[in-house]
Amino acid sequence: MAENGTGIGAAVKRKEDIRFITGAGRYTDDIDQAGQAYAVFLRSPHARATIGGIDTAAALQVPGVVAVYTGADLAADGIGDLPCGWLVKSKDGSDMIQPPHPPLAVERVNYVGEPYGIVIADSLQAARDGAEAVAADFDDLPAVVDVATADAADQLHESVPGNQCYDWELGDKAATDAAFADADHVASLDIINNRLIPNAMEPRAAVGDYDAASGVYTLHTTSQNPHLERLVLAAFVQVAPESRLRVVSPDVGGGFGSKIFVYAEETAVIWAAGKLRRAVKWRADRSESFLADAHGRDHVTKAELALSSDGTFLGLRVKTIANMGAYLSTFASSVPTYLYGTLMAGQYKTPAIYVEVRAMFTNTAPVDAYRGAGRPEATYVVERLVETAARDLSMDPAEIRRRNFIQPEDFPYATPVALTYDTGDYEASLDKALEHIDYAGFAARRAASEANGNRRGIGFSSYIEACGLAPSQVAISLGAGVGLFESAEVRVNVTGSVTVITGSHSHGQGHETTFAQVVSDRLGIPLDDVEVVHGDTARSDYGLGTYGSRSIAVGGSALIRATDKIIAKGKKIVAHNFETTEDNIDFTDGVFAEQESNRSMAFAEVAFAAYVPANFPLDELEPGLSEKAFYDPGNFTYPAGTHICEVEIDGETGVSTIVAFVAVDDFGNVINPMIVEGQVHGGLCQGIGQALLEHGVYDDAGQLVTGSYMDYCMPRADDVPSFTVDTTVTPCTHNPLGVKGCGEAGAIGATAAVMNAVTDALGVKSLPMPATPETVWKALGGAG
Amino acid sequence: MYQFNYRKASSVEQAADLQASAEDGVYLAGGMTLIPTLKQRLAAPSDVIDVGGLDGLRGVDVGATVRIGALTTHAEVAASAEVRGAIPALSDLAEGIGDAHVRNRGTIGGSVANSDPAADYPAAVVGLAATVHTNRRSIAGDDFFTDLFETALEEGEIITSVEFPVPARAAYAKFPNPASRYAIVGVMVAEVDGAVRVGVTGAGRCAFRSVELEAALAGGLSVAALDGVSVPSGDFNSDLHASAEYRAHLVVVMARRAVKELA
Repeated sequence: MAENGTGIGAAVKRKEDIRFITGAGRYTDDIDQAGQAYAVFLRSPHARATIGGIDTAAALQVPGVVAVYTGADLAADGIGDLPCGWLVKSKDGSDMIQPPHPPLAVERVNYVGEPYGIVIADSLQAARDGAEAVAADFDDLPAVVDVATADAADQLHESVPGNQCYDWELGDKAATDAAFADADHVASLDIINNRLIPNAMEPRAAVGDYDAASGVYTLHTTSQNPHLERLVLAAFVQVAPESRLRVVSPDVGGGFGSKIFVYAEETAVIWAAGKLRRAVKWRADRSESFLADAHGRDHVTKAELALSSDGTFLGLRVKTIANMGAYLSTFASSVPTYLYGTLMAGQYKTPAIYVEVRAMFTNTAPVDAYRGAGRPEATYVVERLVETAARDLSMDPAEIRRRNFIQPEDFPYATPVALTYDTGDYEASLDKALEHIDYAGFAARRAASEANGNRRGIGFSSYIEACGLAPSQVAISLGAGVGLFESAEVRVNVTGSVTVITGSHSHGQGHETTFAQVVSDRLGIPLDDVEVVHGDTARSDYGLGTYGSRSIAVGGSALIRATDKIIAKGKKIVAHNFETTEDNIDFTDGVFAEQESNRSMAFAEVAFAAYVPANFPLDELEPGLSEKAFYDPGNFTYPAGTHICEVEIDGETGVSTIVAFVAVDDFGNVINPMIVEGQVHGGLCQGIGQALLEHGVYDDAGQLVTGSYMDYCMPRADDVPSFTVDTTVTPCTHNPLGVKGCGEAGAIGATAAVMNAVTDALGVKSLPMPATPETVWKALGGAG
Repeated sequence: MYQFNYRKASSVEQAADLQASAEDGVYLAGGMTLIPTLKQRLAAPSDVIDVGGLDGLRGVDVGATVRIGALTTHAEVAASAEVRGAIPALSDLAEGIGDAHVRNRGTIGGSVANSDPAADYPAAVVGLAATVHTNRRSIAGDDFFTDLFETALEEGEIITSVEFPVPARAAYAKFPNPASRYAIVGVMVAEVDGAVRVGVTGAGRCAFRSVELEAALAGGLSVAALDGVSVPSGDFNSDLHASAEYRAHLVVVMARRAVKELA
């Protein structure tokens, strides 16, 4: 840890928070361009319909309306479909089927809220008036809503028989079947992983601008990865070449995955700006966010665990139907496959695992990555099933886990589902969590609750996640359409302050602080001398953005590489000054010093020498002090931990109250423990939200029933307890900081812990999520 | 929002005149329902008549009864020591409405006039035998709520105050909707002028008195008196959050909790 208390490991207050909490943040909707027009999207009121015709004549007569464009206009201009970036192959080797996904629907609409036109006007009010004046003629068709029966329902896309996108498998089927044949016991569970709607605090927004003089398009938008946005808009949608397209993500108020994807709206906005040679602005209403942001989860699963009588896991068989929604969103195909099936080993030495996943289309909003993306679903399957097995065999849920954990001496450990875990100590997290929750005292607490007519339960979740998706070559061989490295630039200014430019993107994670801590620590300069720049394709090298808890593990590693180059060059400059060789120069705490002498140069002096090269080895070195690096990880990182939830259930009403929640996580080395704790708290709230509160519900006609906060229940402060958060540390073995990532762990671990606790309290095998008061009341035997 | 004429009333009489002369005029008090409705373009009144500035309709007057001006906010009611001294159950109820923002804007008159089936105040109006005073007449609480978003108010009629007799004792128990925090069920149990009254909100099309619970408690406000008592769920609301059957169950549970608080 740096001596000044701001280096790696210090709980530094977030540099960016001052502007956020004083209202000085600059979000996309705060950006206005000269003469901008305003866009409103025409959205399908039907879950499934053919479009007979769209009459825009009356709308064009509305005062202030500038233009009305439909899918046909985009198609006529050569604007391409929104692509899916990961090609998954079915069991039989065939490619997944990707139905056409025009940004604005052309012949048919397939979910409520799907955009089929854009109305642009001088004011937002005029654009709304214009939108109401558009007369679209729809022929309503029966909607396909239930994913479990979608294969036998009407075919939604001409190219997709049986509405099946792919039928994927992973693992050794024969070995797994053999393990089941020899098992003493089989624990089985039917699981529905409920659909969630992300609800970032800031709705999506876009301001498109076109500079006629240079031909450059500039899109300000709420993206977690602006370079990906630019790549897709240039290479696939073909709005403009990358060299003439700048994408800027300014301050972004949360994403949770939903802002990774390239959506219809920003595509139409940037295209329209070029068409009209005028800036166009759009910001989603909250209602639009509910309808048209990519949703999360939505799996139907049957899972079985084969065990010997002593509780040793012998085999795991998982069969999942995953809802893709109406179209394939940007990374939708990878979520229930490479981010799900590969996690089925959990923390355990299960020797044989076989996973089958069928991805189906339905008349619902597209489903894609949402905080955890596949890993929460996998953890839910494994940890609910392990708990079920423990109950079946009357074993202590902590002991059955302990018996099957991969042990520290087993690492690196190759799972039967394609991953190799580098390091971990799962018992350490479990033991610490048991201590925090006072496991020994639980029986007495349960008895006290029962004496009051209530129920009490305890639930475990020993999760694992794979972060920092990698390496690029492996992922690309498995169908990924993009690399998975990260870029960094460390630009030392003439007077010694440092500008760090990262391809990662912060939309709440605190990179401006964490990344500055890393560089400040390494270069031995004050934290305030380091500024972090991100989110602008014109300022940073190609980067992959922020998702999948990758920023510090991948982006931070790139940063270390660039910083190491700065130090190496600094040593050469100093060696030249002292007429010695660089091996004789040490760099410590911001000072380059000659060994065995008292001569030294401070970091700022070296920077000055680099830019004012009076005494500089110009024949060997270029002047200046600015270095770049691209880092491609050798493996995933594997954060893991144990969460324990204790819940009390009101015996009269069925209300579940979380009375204690312990999360002990191993994130490897931690840069800023305060930021990490905050990330864990947020993740836990989302995981608890899924278990008890949140549910995206469509009715049989495909109308979204939970389209506002009146019905979609977001977790609030009084829905969660004061968390007990702790860590254990096994540093990652293959990146320079020994870090693993912490952004998703809370959401990955918490859901199973809560549901294990609720079902324990009720003495039932399973319960649908969310475990609403009425659901629990019925399980208590309340319904007559 | 659609365009409308904004009218700021300086007196109750002027407000009524403005409404009478408008093609389709609506009154704006705290705006907690009307403003979101307008913003979503779900209503298109010709005129919005803002009565929010009528100071004569604000404030509480506590004497033999508790009279609350129609424009008094939930926060003002909740913070009033006089109200708490006379009818603590009413303070508790006001304190539990919505969130801080809603309580600082929303008014008792607006809440009562809207007859939202899940609003809290209607349980107090019927449960405490209140009288709703308007610019034309006084309406007994028992007669005020007629249906979903329907009241006994005539076109253009303005609530001026709501007057509550001081009950011997009263308690309000609410089971909030986890998402909206409106009442899935709210029950006001009170002893007013020697009679037990039970006002229920959230369960039915509008607030009502529970015949079954009043009968059970007529012999005395004891928890035991509610053992085995049920209320019919036939015409109760049913939605994503609670079936009619569950609501019927909760009515009894909330009644029991209110009674327990009184015992």
